[in-house]
Amino acid sequence: MNGGIPFLPQSASSVAGEFDVLFAALLAIALAMLGLVFLLMFRFCAHYRRSNRAVDRTGREKKSWHWEVGWTAGSLIVFLGLYAWGADLYLREHRPPAEATDIYVVGKQWMWKIEHLDGQREINALHVAVGRPVRLVMASQDVIHGFFVPAFRLKQDVVPGRYVTLWFDPDRIGVYRLYCSQFCGTDHAAMDGMVSVMSSGDFQKWLAANATGGSLASRGAALFRRLGCSGCHAPASGVAAPDLAGLYGRRVALRGGGAALADEGFIRDAILEPAKRPPAGYPTVMPSFAGQLDEEQIVALLAYIKALPRSPQ
Amino acid sequence: MSDRVLEKQFADLAHQSETAELGMWGFIATEVLFLGGLFVAYSFYRYLHPAGVAAAASHTRLVIGSVNTAVLLTSSFLMSWASLAASNGEGRRAARLIWGAAGLGLVFLALKGLEYAEEIGERLWPGAAFSLDTPEPRVGEVFYFLYWVMTGIHALHLLIGVAALAAIGWRAHGGVYSRAYHSPVRVVSLYWHFVDIVWIFLFALIYLPGRSA
Amino acid sequence: MTVTTVAELPHERGGSYLTDGTTLASWLLTRDHKRIAILYTLTITAFFFIGGAAAAVIRLNLLTPEGTLVDAETYNRIFTLHGVVMVWLFLVPSIPTTFGNFLIPLMLGAKDLAFPRLNLLSWYLFVASGLIVLAGLIGGSVDTGWTFYEPLSSGYASGALVVVLLGIFVNGFSSILTGLNFVVSIHRLRAPGLTWYRLPIFCWSNYATAVIMMLATPVLAVTLMLVAVEHLWGVGVFDPTHGGDPLLFQHMFWFYSHPAVYIMILPGMGVISEIVPAFARKRLFGYHFVAWSSVAIAVVGFLVWGHHMFVAGESVYAALVFSFLSFIVAVPSAIKVFNWLATLHKGAISFEAPMLYALGFILLFTIGGLTGLFVATLAFDVHATATYFVVAHFHYIMVGGMVSAYFAALHFWWPKATGRLYPESWARFAAILIFFGFNLTFFPQFILGYLGMPRRYHAYPPEFQVWNVLSSAGASVLAAAYLLPLFYLGWSLWRGARAPANPWGATGLEWQTPSPPPSGNFARTPRISRPPYDYPEPAA
Repeated sequence: MNGGIPFLPQSASSVAGEFDVLFAALLAIALAMLGLVFLLMFRFCAHYRRSNRAVDRTGREKKSWHWEVGWTAGSLIVFLGLYAWGADLYLREHRPPAEATDIYVVGKQWMWKIEHLDGQREINALHVAVGRPVRLVMASQDVIHGFFVPAFRLKQDVVPGRYVTLWFDPDRIGVYRLYCSQFCGTDHAAMDGMVSVMSSGDFQKWLAANATGGSLASRGAALFRRLGCSGCHAPASGVAAPDLAGLYGRRVALRGGGAALADEGFIRDAILEPAKRPPAGYPTVMPSFAGQLDEEQIVALLAYIKALPRSPQ
Repeated sequence: MSDRVLEKQFADLAHQSETAELGMWGFIATEVLFLGGLFVAYSFYRYLHPAGVAAAASHTRLVIGSVNTAVLLTSSFLMSWASLAASNGEGRRAARLIWGAAGLGLVFLALKGLEYAEEIGERLWPGAAFSLDTPEPRVGEVFYFLYWVMTGIHALHLLIGVAALAAIGWRAHGGVYSRAYHSPVRVVSLYWHFVDIVWIFLFALIYLPGRSA
Repeated sequence: MTVTTVAELPHERGGSYLTDGTTLASWLLTRDHKRIAILYTLTITAFFFIGGAAAAVIRLNLLTPEGTLVDAETYNRIFTLHGVVMVWLFLVPSIPTTFGNFLIPLMLGAKDLAFPRLNLLSWYLFVASGLIVLAGLIGGSVDTGWTFYEPLSSGYASGALVVVLLGIFVNGFSSILTGLNFVVSIHRLRAPGLTWYRLPIFCWSNYATAVIMMLATPVLAVTLMLVAVEHLWGVGVFDPTHGGDPLLFQHMFWFYSHPAVYIMILPGMGVISEIVPAFARKRLFGYHFVAWSSVAIAVVGFLVWGHHMFVAGESVYAALVFSFLSFIVAVPSAIKVFNWLATLHKGAISFEAPMLYALGFILLFTIGGLTGLFVATLAFDVHATATYFVVAHFHYIMVGGMVSAYFAALHFWWPKATGRLYPESWARFAAILIFFGFNLTFFPQFILGYLGMPRRYHAYPPEFQVWNVLSSAGASVLAAAYLLPLFYLGWSLWRGARAPANPWGATGLEWQTPSPPPSGNFARTPRISRPPYDYPEPAA
């Protein structure tokens, strides 16, 4: 940020460029319509001011139908075009590419805690490599927060009780502001940070320098044993409990009919509210871990379960 | 008598009566939206947790609920009759019928009070002391929360209705109403029927889930 | 319209509605819709200045990036107060309870509204609600914002929140009863010959507003009641730690609060539809379209609430539908703007203060409405929502639009209601000052939002300072401009020239009565036989 007056935000994601074109179109259309309104008003007020007796006021337009249909249709066509464009970009913003790397984010009053799969942890900062798409899996410890990076033109509210995702493809090296965008209490304005987009080499160096000795999944594995989950869920246990290997992404038949996709939310619910969507064919003996785990611990367990390889069968 | 009640913005009593009724219909429309919000919240939870809601609902007292339903339906019948009587100028009969309906309303409230007392005794009042022996007690707690709110608001409306009935019953007894002027009876009667219809919906949503098994 | 029996009541001893009864009781127990309108005017003016004082603190705090004028918690309480007071204690009641109450019976040719005692009750409920709300906001620490999002409001807010919610609940009843009164009156109390298509657009607009008040407000009441009960007993309808869903709160809250913005703007549009024909001396262009556009806005306005939740976690399919409908709801507003402009064409236009405010409304509302298209655009809203872009958008409509319309109405009907003429030069000066002050305050906020400055921030990164300083400078001009009318309108009550029955030469039944009108409005019920806005055609 130099000393000049800022008008436009930086652009640093794959969608920012297209976003700015959409913005320019919106601006052009808005200025055209505003210009039309202003010019007509100015012209009519000047030309037809009462003191101007010379102007011809006879022959006033009586029928309004063709005008009404005309400007209504015109407005509608323009509006629907804008709608379609905005909707299309929005849909693409909700379809992460398959090769996106997951990074976990836990928002809490009043900080962002970032967890990389390899175990690096950050607070109010996010380091990523340029050109490598990232999928943020986000949870809130308490109230609704908002993860907002203006340079990416992306924002997602982080709602407690569920996981939300946001994907981006950073395409310019630099450091960009991160804000909390959903009012979350006293220090809402202090919950900002920086997203650092680095070259591939620099990112590798950063990862190495910030390693914590264990990946997120290994932290999850340790929790899995400490909390006694392996007591039931290990293949060799005598208890009828679902085998978690390869669970993530599978469709699970539910007791009482129907099926659910075992995504992050499903796994979280199974840990905290096992009676909510119980799988078919298993008795209800799993205890709830609600109140015993914070969001970061659940994220670690999630990373562990997601990383479990499919069983050889 | 009629001159005293005709307000200056109306052309005649008929005009005033029609307007009053339209006003009550309008008010009922707003009440439908008010309760509609609660029904939406209820439906949302029932859709997401059908088993949990059914299990919680089986702890409601079907006998008291059914008796109360019969009580209210009877009271509505009495009010319809009262409306007819008032329009015929039969003030004394109308008063008896109106007070009968009000009395039944009080019976409803008394039974509801008994029901509430039992449920509080069983720790079905939401909060730290809540306890429910079903597989999904948290869903049950939300169900009971909505139960207390919805039936509580209904009971409040019923109480206001009883007061209104008592007042117009007194005026009917005094011979105020006639063929030309009986719109207050019609208007209050409309309100009373509405409260009754709301109860029928509540009965179905609160007492009946899970019972058909 | 020509009234076949013009009934100018001779001023009785005592004279008009203002002088019929001079005791405090005659005012506080009045059933006269005109006196109730005056009571409301005094009350909402007080609330406007309270909300405005909060805005002043906000803009002063935002002069510096560190935002140290007040601490974070105080700042959060102040923007909460600003929002709650301005929305429920000023904007929602503004034109309906003041000019609606005063004018609708006159425009209908009636002696009063359908339910005068209910009208007085509405005012008492309103005053009570204001006192309760202020007690909670000032006496306790409520810092959730006017939107009370869950679970912040039930799990993390102080007990004073319940007091504020109770106040808003009571306020809702006031709103609902006023709406009921208007709907029934417009249906039932129209004078003979006054068909729907002969009604002034002000009546159509207030009718549509009243329908929204009746149908949307109860949902707010129930939603806030659930929040209060949840806060007090800790059971989750909305709180996820108790099995509730925060998004259910947002759906229920916005189901009211989006139509609420139409409650706030439709009456203003009705005012503009009265003023433009009067000062252009020309029939309103496209009367039927303008009339039905109010109804269309009311109906479609109930279907777009999800556009406040595009990044909240609602499904993409819901977002697609809500965005589409949000574009549709913009169309009837555009229709109104084009019709107002077409009314100017071949008119004979003069530029007294009401017209200046009306022209300002058209420009500022157009800007606000066009930026509404921006935020209705899904991908754009992902970036702009929860930033100052949205703040600027809604202030252009609410303040640039609605407050301008309120001032337009105030000046247009001031002679009728008070019997006095205000000083025209001062009024024009204030109108122009407001226009410039307003743009200086809020236009920089579009830029701030696009740059990414989030809303509800008491402090911000230094690169945003220049725009914030411009905005605060504008706010000081706006504040001065809003205070001016207090002085010259007040002065006119004491020293202004006496107003004739129809100082503007406008059509409309209200101009057929003396200024100020007698308590009974019309000695004999008028009979209508001409279309509305029946200005004479110019000679060839």
